[in-house]
Amino acid sequence: MSNRTAGYRALTTHRLFWPIVVLVVLLAANTVYRPGFLSVQMRDGHLYGSLIDILRLSAPLILVALGMTLVIATGGIDLSVGSLCAISGAIACLHISEQPDQNSVGGVLTALALGLGVALVLGAWNGVLVAVIGIQPIIATLILMVAGRGLAQLITEGQILTINSDPYKAIGVGHLLTLPLAIFIALAAALVVAAFTRRTALGLIIESVGGNAQASRLAGIRSARITFLVYVISAACAAVAGFMMTANVSSADGNAAGLWVELDAILAVVIGGTSLAGGRFSLGGTILGALLIQTLTTTVYAMNISPQTSLLFKAVVVIAVCLIQAPGFRARFARRRPSAAAPAPVTEQPKEQVPA
Amino acid sequence: MKRMRTYLPSRKVIAVLAAALLATGTAACGNSDTGDNAGKGDDGKITLGFSQVGAESGWRTANTTSIKEAASAAGIELKFDDAQQKQENQIKAIRNFIQQKVDVIAFSPVVESGWDTVLKEAKDAKIPVILTDRAVDSADKSLYKTFLGSDFVKEGRLAGEWLVEQKKAASGPVNIVELQGTTGSAPANDRKKGFAEAIAANPNLKIIASQSGDFTRAGGKQVMEQFLKANPKIDVLFAHNDDMGLGALEAITAAGKVPGKDITIITVDAVKDGMQALADGKFNFIAECSPLLGPQLMELAKKVHNGEEVPARIETEETTFTQEQAKEALPNRKY
Repeated sequence: MSNRTAGYRALTTHRLFWPIVVLVVLLAANTVYRPGFLSVQMRDGHLYGSLIDILRLSAPLILVALGMTLVIATGGIDLSVGSLCAISGAIACLHISEQPDQNSVGGVLTALALGLGVALVLGAWNGVLVAVIGIQPIIATLILMVAGRGLAQLITEGQILTINSDPYKAIGVGHLLTLPLAIFIALAAALVVAAFTRRTALGLIIESVGGNAQASRLAGIRSARITFLVYVISAACAAVAGFMMTANVSSADGNAAGLWVELDAILAVVIGGTSLAGGRFSLGGTILGALLIQTLTTTVYAMNISPQTSLLFKAVVVIAVCLIQAPGFRARFARRRPSAAAPAPVTEQPKEQVPA
Repeated sequence: MKRMRTYLPSRKVIAVLAAALLATGTAACGNSDTGDNAGKGDDGKITLGFSQVGAESGWRTANTTSIKEAASAAGIELKFDDAQQKQENQIKAIRNFIQQKVDVIAFSPVVESGWDTVLKEAKDAKIPVILTDRAVDSADKSLYKTFLGSDFVKEGRLAGEWLVEQKKAASGPVNIVELQGTTGSAPANDRKKGFAEAIAANPNLKIIASQSGDFTRAGGKQVMEQFLKANPKIDVLFAHNDDMGLGALEAITAAGKVPGKDITIITVDAVKDGMQALADGKFNFIAECSPLLGPQLMELAKKVHNGEEVPARIETEETTFTQEQAKEALPNRKY
């Protein structure tokens, strides 16, 4: 009996329990609204359904949020990821549009390398500003968040650049083993990051830098180098996400690609239980957070919630998730429940003391 | 020692910030002196000061090109300023125009409100003002001579009227889904209103779902994917701009339907990619929202300079396109 309650408590206090509950509730609500929501059919050799859409559309957010998780784990923040998505996507699309044969795999690979390369340079710029010069991360990355979008528009000359390249399109809408290719790319990135951070000491080092950079440095960790590294990783993740976003619609829109994705990514990281103060991170939680955010967006469209109220709806769900995850908020309710049984011994104790 | 260490980076921060400030400062200076040899030319040539919103889209770029070309064709000296989406820049530019004593000021307001003071200054300097493309919400209508721009309600209405005409013979209900522009924006509100008014003529035409796609391709695609899954029978798609329609095309194809045949697609704007889709038979109808208001603006500038009366509201010359018209018009499109 006590074993079971202990197990129950361990389950409900697990930091991913409530996000999972909210995710299940959202899916259940969708199914009630439209029974066919969860149904997945086979169409043209791949699976087709709302669930598959959620997987495919959450892939870029998962990638961006992965990089963001590492940055936040060091106590930093990267606001420039949305602009980096736009830049890398614009560079790749521009290069492909200049190819005589847009379907050539070689041309697409060069385009990806170019986009990724520029993103790495910009990530290194962020890293230098934060780790070497010592500017606060929110300001350092704000520079590229603002200027980067202008850069993306310069690359596309203020136009929406449309391309017609099947290999590039596959990154956004292609399929592998009947599932969207994009989700495999995102999960592969997650596995690589997990392997490096959880199978080597890197994760521990990142957390220690986030906990106290100065103490870590005195303990022999090259804090500045780790801080620099996470911004470069974040930029690389954003670049691949940018490829997915532009491939999804076969066009680069410097103005709209990746707009506000940095905020969604931060939200995904927070929902996943990573502390914004740094020093602790959860990759699995981040992926779950990203899935939850995309499910929320899809729910708004699937249930046809009016655009005027959809933001309010999202806000209410997010506030609910954050509140029930907050230790302080949970403690209030946890204390209240056993209080019915607990007061008895508390009042007894002073009684015993009187005769003694 | 410790103090030194914490102090050093912050001095660097200040240095970087100072450099950044300096850079923006010089940029602003560079921006503001759009020409100091200005002044009212005694040669009878009209000087027009124009402040553009920015260069955020292909539509806007075409708008700028049209104004520049029309000015040189009409023999009007144009002082052009790009406000880069900022009202401060625009107010600064208008004040500069007043100082330079241009003959006419025209601008596309970045936002609707906050123009009374600077417009009053222009009025006191006896320089007539023409608004283009976007309106301002000043209560005092005497602050500007006229407003030249598209009528978004009319665009929606034209789209709706075409649909009513097409579905005249429909006996059963016709299911329409709508992709709205950015929630709360004037084009989204007005196009929705105009379309709804027009299709009210036929009770069979029903909007079964309406969501915002934020005027973007990605937004249009994502929303349309869910529309297609939630509603087995969709007959018509009305998108508030071409880009959302283009995004929706991909969702429709992925759902195994033929755009333009299984689902009738109506959009607004007529940008190049949209016109191409229309000519290819993927779209069915586009109500134009033309950026090419340059010639009309020059005509107006001459009239107000000569003190002629002009109507307070002038619509941009716009048309509509069917698939056949798109094929003809496509080679000559400027944007």
